[in-house]
This record gives sequence, structure tokens and C-alpha cells, in this order.
Amino acid sequence: MEKGQTKSHAGRRGFLTGTFVIASALLLWRAADLQIFSAPLLRQHGDARSVRDVAIAAHRGMIVDRNGEPLAISTPVSSVWVTPKEVPWRDARLAQLARVLEIEPAALRGAQEMRLQREFVYVKRQVTPDQAEMVSALRIPGVHLEREYKRYYPAGEIAAHVIGFTNVDDSGQEGMELAFDHWLRGEPGVKRVLKDRIGRTVQDIESIRPPAPGKLLELSIDRRLQYLAYRELKLAVAANGARGGSMVMLDPATGEVLAMAAQPSFNPNNRSGFKNEFYRNRPATDLFEPGSTLKPFTIAAALQSGRFTPATIIETGPGVMAVSNHFIRDIRDFGTIDVANVIRKSSNVGASRIALSLGPEPLWQMFRAVGFGRGTGSGFPGEATGQVQGFKHWSELELATAAFGYGISVTALQLAQAYAVIANEGVLRPVSLQKQSGRVPGQPVMPAAVAAQVRAMLETVVEPDGTGHRAAVRGYRVAGKTGTVHKAVAGGYAENRYLSLFAGFAPASAPRLVLVVMIDEPQMGEYYGGLVAAPVFARIMHSALRIFAVPPDDLPALEGRVVVAGQDASTL
Amino acid sequence: MIERTLADRMHVDVPLLIGLVILCSMGLVILYSASGQGTDIVWRQGIRMFAAFGVLLLAAQVPPATLARWSIGVYALGILLLVVVLLFGDVGKGAQRWLDLGFVRFQPSEMMKVVVPMVLAWLISEGGVPPRFGRVCLSCILIILPVLMIAKQPDLGTALLVACAGFSVLFVAGLSLRAIMGFAVVAGAAMPVLWHFLHDYQRQRVLMFLDPQQDPLGSGYHIIQSQIAIGSGGLYGKGWLNGTQSHLEFLPERSTDFIFAVFCEEFGLMGALLLISVYAFVIGRGLYISVKSQHTFGRLFGCGIVLTFFVYIIVNMGMVSGQVPVVGIPLPLVSHGGTSLVTLLVGFGMLMAIHTHRRFLAE
Repeated sequence: MEKGQTKSHAGRRGFLTGTFVIASALLLWRAADLQIFSAPLLRQHGDARSVRDVAIAAHRGMIVDRNGEPLAISTPVSSVWVTPKEVPWRDARLAQLARVLEIEPAALRGAQEMRLQREFVYVKRQVTPDQAEMVSALRIPGVHLEREYKRYYPAGEIAAHVIGFTNVDDSGQEGMELAFDHWLRGEPGVKRVLKDRIGRTVQDIESIRPPAPGKLLELSIDRRLQYLAYRELKLAVAANGARGGSMVMLDPATGEVLAMAAQPSFNPNNRSGFKNEFYRNRPATDLFEPGSTLKPFTIAAALQSGRFTPATIIETGPGVMAVSNHFIRDIRDFGTIDVANVIRKSSNVGASRIALSLGPEPLWQMFRAVGFGRGTGSGFPGEATGQVQGFKHWSELELATAAFGYGISVTALQLAQAYAVIANEGVLRPVSLQKQSGRVPGQPVMPAAVAAQVRAMLETVVEPDGTGHRAAVRGYRVAGKTGTVHKAVAGGYAENRYLSLFAGFAPASAPRLVLVVMIDEPQMGEYYGGLVAAPVFARIMHSALRIFAVPPDDLPALEGRVVVAGQDASTL
Repeated sequence: MIERTLADRMHVDVPLLIGLVILCSMGLVILYSASGQGTDIVWRQGIRMFAAFGVLLLAAQVPPATLARWSIGVYALGILLLVVVLLFGDVGKGAQRWLDLGFVRFQPSEMMKVVVPMVLAWLISEGGVPPRFGRVCLSCILIILPVLMIAKQPDLGTALLVACAGFSVLFVAGLSLRAIMGFAVVAGAAMPVLWHFLHDYQRQRVLMFLDPQQDPLGSGYHIIQSQIAIGSGGLYGKGWLNGTQSHLEFLPERSTDFIFAVFCEEFGLMGALLLISVYAFVIGRGLYISVKSQHTFGRLFGCGIVLTFFVYIIVNMGMVSGQVPVVGIPLPLVSHGGTSLVTLLVGFGMLMAIHTHRRFLAE
């Protein structure tokens, strides 16, 4: 080999080695650059492409009645969703899918059209376990099932208004479901998953937080009583061709609502086809003028003032009286009667005379004290507070009509709370829809003696010749007051549209249950509270007294006879 | 007389063989992960490797003199096969590269990677180094003819490698600096013309290389995903089978051209350094063998093979890490695939032949 060549070769070898070294160094620098300096950023990029935190549905708390009977239960169901990009849209199995889910194939095509924008499209929420099984058996790529919870209401329409309902996303929309949404909801869990390029979950990496189930909500409602009360109310509304009706039953000792029902109602398990107005829990949300059912509080104010006693004589003749160019009428001329008979006979003139002599302030204070014009404390969503105008602006006419329940508005729930004050020796307690344990502190708002006197007067209403005699329950002393209210319409009062009311409690000797029944616009001829609402009151009260095993306080003297199994032993 | 070991009798260079076996094993390990733990695909690749090493052993038995003698004939056969491919070849992935021989599908362009440096080494060694002008011109023709035919298929990556193989032989042979400059000028002048002849997707690749973020979901997708894969591996990697970019199908071509990205994601910078060290060892050993060769043919041919191997690695790793435009060149011995494996190992077999037959010539 020649020398020159060797030299040239040495140069080339150097050049080659240099090329190797430089190229390798460049590669290594690039690798180091990517893997050390840019690594955190690029790792983030990688995770952003694949790591997702997804929610795990939490089990919503159960709602039960005061005896632990279920009123709202969450059951696991599946929802069907698709990743439109992944679905083979020409596949014949899609027609089967539509059939299984009972949806139009067109609905599936809607999902197909979203293919460019979305990687998650619900096809149908909350399908039955059978359907879910069939869907997964079809094994269509891109069609997935998601675990969710569906709310189920065993009591159906019976307690629909109190309980309310949730929407498809399991959040409360009405009633106690809404009021206690946070209590019931629970905390959804979070898990971290790996998703691939087309959004399939490939692997659960870790559970970041397990779902915390919602808490149990114990209502004060008694399901058996609710059922009976609802049935009676529904029958009465139907029998009277009425527009609607409400009922509330309270435990005066605790303020607990034992039953609360409204007509019309709806089926919370299948709400399709129900109008929004059906969802209204009328006893808490609908205001009306209480009419004669307010008179006991006018009388209580009078008695509290010390200027009246039950025996104070009131002149109501000739059954009509003019105040500021308006006439206040009784249904007939009661003549000269005492205060007790103003209640018993329900004299508007008598109540007005008492109010006019008393002045507005004591009356107003009594109304406010027993809870009118403010919340009952039930916390029910959409609860109305009603209106009691400030007494300083009351005209003479307003004072006179307020005495028998016009010009102020109340809810059935407020009326029940106010009657509980009378039943309760003058103590006002907040209304509660949750089961209470232990004593509930109350606020004395009426002297106990006054409450007892009014209670005695209310008892006479239900006596055989009283206006509310149809509210009587055999074996028990019942106290209460009827009300027949002209419905207010734009510009005055309707001539032939009435509310029929009955509010009262039993047993009168030691009241355990307060009940208000309101029938809205009875259309079958009868409209007096004593004729329409009182019988419903009696039937519900009768059932309730039996359910709660309240000892009778008005047993007729048995005179030594023994009653066996419903048969009169004396006939043996 | 020197005692002949078993390796000598088999004409095997043990250090080189060990290096190659390590590379292939690393390939199988990462292929298992890249293919989504497909035992099937790993098994098949293993069998291919086994067969390829068999071919390496066979190639090692052929004395360099015989190689030199047959080179022009083999070259002629290669050109003929390229013509046949252009006329009757199977279309695979939009390009006409394959020749279906019934029992095996075969890419004639692949064999040119070995045949071109071989025929040049023969041509130049016959005329003496440095080559004279006439031989240089003839060499250029011998290079450009197959390169153009391969580029026409189109298979830009292989064409590039074949050209590299040829020119590296010319370079090592001592082509004058003036001639090299001349080539550079001609190549530079030819660029715009070549650009014109490039397919749209090829131009796209070059443009994308310059700015991958321009179309992150389209043409830039490969590069971006691959850089994310490499970078997210960090210093020590996410661990074998734990790469997310690859397993979640974000990374395209993960078991073939982009397997280096999977490797980096799972084994990190340390793994990459190890892999590069093994490559460096193989290259070093190859160059050592070439330089030690006592005849010009061996020296030239050996350098040609080793340099081609080097370009292979640099282009693939550069492409995967975003330093070089995307050209379809696999990572030698590691990427999944049979043809390039066989070609490469045949080349290394011949390199071993150059080494082991040298001694006996000297005896």
C-alpha cells in the first residue's frame, strides 16, 4: 500500500470517527433533552391524552317513614351510552339495539350525527336489568353501559308531594328530595382511569375517593296513615267533583307532620304526562283565606284581652251589620248569644263586633303569634308564608272581616300549626317533616287558660247540633271549626265558588292529633265546610286514632254490658 | 499453525455475534410490550430471527474472494428483480415493493442495501484506490440506477439507504475532496428537482418535520405522539409494559418504525443509553474488522455495510425523536419485520467472512 494512501486513509478515518461521535452526540443530546428537560411537560401531555378522572355514582340515601318503612329507594340500574366514532353504524345489530331499548332507530341516528363533536352520547338512561343484559349480549363495539341509580318510590302517588322526586341525574327536584338533597345525595367517588385514543376505558389505575353513600332521611310521615288520609281525600275530591284538596295532620306535642296529602297527585315513578301543577304540594304552597276557621283566634285574642269571657253576651241580631257601607251577614239571625256561641254557631256578625270593640292590634298580634304570615319551620321547598297586613293600615271594614278570616291568607300547614297551639295549651312549635326524637321546645304564645276555653268552645262545634257535627268520631271527643270560604277572584269574591274547610283536633281531653282538611271548589251542590270537609275529617281522624292506638275519652256508659268481637253480648 | 477454535471453523466473530444477539433480544422484549403482549407476534419474530441467524452463518462461510467474483452477477440479478417488481410487484401500503414468490414475499430493494456496496467494493478494488474518474462515474451509475428504481416504488427510505451504502464505499475508497464537493453541489442543485418528484405525502412529511404542531391531528401526529412517548419516559422509564402512549394506541407504527419511542417510554434515558451503547459496540467492532481487512475489497465492503447500519440507526432514532423528517426506516434488528433483518444479518455474515477468512489467506 502506498504512503499517500495511508495518510489519506488516516484523514478519512478521523472524519468518519468524527461523524460517528457528532451524530451520536446529537442523538444523545436530543434524548436527554426530551427525557430529562422536557420530561415533566411531555409526561403531562401524555397523561392529558390518557388519564381521566371519572365519577363513580354514589348511592342516594333512602327516605323512610317514621316507622322505617321505605318511601324512596335507589336501585342500581344501567344507562346505555355510545362512542359514536366507534360504532359500526351499518351493523344490523343496531336495529336490534333499538328494539331492545324500545327507542326509534332515528334516535340512534341522532347519536351518529354527533359523531364528530362528542365521544359520549347517552342513548337511553336507566334501562331495566333485563335490557342491560340484552344490550351487553349484542356486543356492539362502541356501545357501553354505565352504572347509575334510579329512584323508586314504593308509596307512589300516596306520598308523592311530600317526598317529591329526583331527576334523571339523581338530584332532588321537588319536595323532601329537594330540601334534603345534600343530606341524601352522598359524595360521588372519583377513580382515575386510563383511556385509549378512542375513549375506551382501558384500565382503572386507582380509586382516588370511594363514593360516600347518602344518608338516611327519616320523615315524620306515617305511611299507613298517609295512605288512609290520601285515600279519603281522593274519594272526597272525586265525590264532590272538586278541583282539588289538601290535608295535613300534625302531632301537636312535637310539631311533626304525620300525614300530608294533596289532590290532584301524580305518580313519581312515571311522571310522563303529568302537568307541572300536579307537582304542587298544596298544603304547604297554596294560600287561601281561612274564613271561619280563623274565628277561634279572634276569640282567643278577645279572651286574652280580659275584656271578654266565654259567657260575655254579644248582640248579633238582626244577623246583618253594616260596616263602612258593606254588609256583614250571618246565615241567619242568631239573636243575642254569648262568646262561646259565636264559635259554635259561627257568627260573622258576632266575631266582627268583638274585633271592632277589641281594636286591630290584639287581633293582629294573636294572628302573628300563632304563626300566620310567617314560615312554619318545615323547610319544605316553595312553602308559602301567607300574608297578614300590618294592623296600622287596617280600615274598620278590614278589621271586621279579618275577624272571620277574610283579608289574610294562610296555608293548610299554617292553619294546622295554629290549631296545634290551641290543642297544645298555648304553645307554638315549629312544624317538622323529619322524625323528631325527644322533646321539642315550644314557645308559649297564648295563655293556657285561654287555649282551654277556646278548646271547650271548639268541642261544642262538633256536638250533635253544632255546625261541625259530621266531624264527630265515635268514642272520642273532637274539637274543631268549620269554614266555608268564598273564593277570592279578580275584583272581589266569587258567588258560587267555595273552599270547604274543617280544622280541629282529637281527643279534646288531651289532644294527640291536629287535622286540617280543605276541599277546593266542591261542585256537587254541597259546599259548607260542615257538610263537605267535616266528614272527611272524621274519617281520617277515626283511622288515625286507631293507628296510633289513642285511648278513647268519650266511651258511652256501658252499663255492665260486655262487647265481644263486635257483637253485643246482651243479645246472647 | 494456529489452533482453530470452533468459532474460527464456523467463520464466526464471537464479539460481533454477541452484540447482534443482544440487539435482537432487546427487540423481542420491547416487541412483546409494543404489540400489546402478543406472544404470537413475538414468537413469529423469534423464528424469523433464528432463521436470519442461520442465513448469517451461511453467508459467513462464503470466502470474500468468491463474493467479489460473484458481485456483478448478483447486482445484475438485483436490477432484474427491481424491474420485475416495478412491472408485477404486489402493492402493499400504497407502494409497490413486494415480490411474491409463492412461498415467501420478498423486497428486492432490501437486498440492494448489501449488493450495491459489494459491487462497488469489487469495482473499485479491481481498479485500485483511489479510484480514477472513469470508475467513479461508473460507480455513480451503479448506485443511481437502483436508487431511482427504488424511489419509484416509492420507497424513499430504502432508496436513501442504498445511496448511502454506495457513496460510503466511494468515500472510504478515497474519493478526492474535489469530487465530494462536486457531488455535494450536484446533490444540492438536484434538491428542488427531487422535491418536484416527491409524492405529496413525502413533501408533507418534510414540512411536518419542520413544524409538527402545524397539524397536530394529521401529519404532525406521529412526531408529536412519539416525542411525548420518549419524553414521558424520563430518566428511568415507566417500566416494561407500562408505557401509556404505546399501549393506548396513541403512538402509531409502534412495533415497527416507532419502536424506539416505546423503548424510551418504558426504559427511559438509561435504557436508550444502553441500546445505543450496544449499537456503538457493534459498529465499532464492524469498523475494526473492516480496517483490519488485508484486501481492499474487504475493507471497502465492510465499511459500506457498517456505515449503512449506522445511517439506519441515526435516521430512525432521529426521525422518532423529531430531528429528521419521517422516512419509513425501521430501527435495525429491533423493529418488527423480516426482510431488513435478513439483509442486515447477511451483511454482518459477510463482514464475519471478511474477518475470519483473512487469517487463512494469510497462512
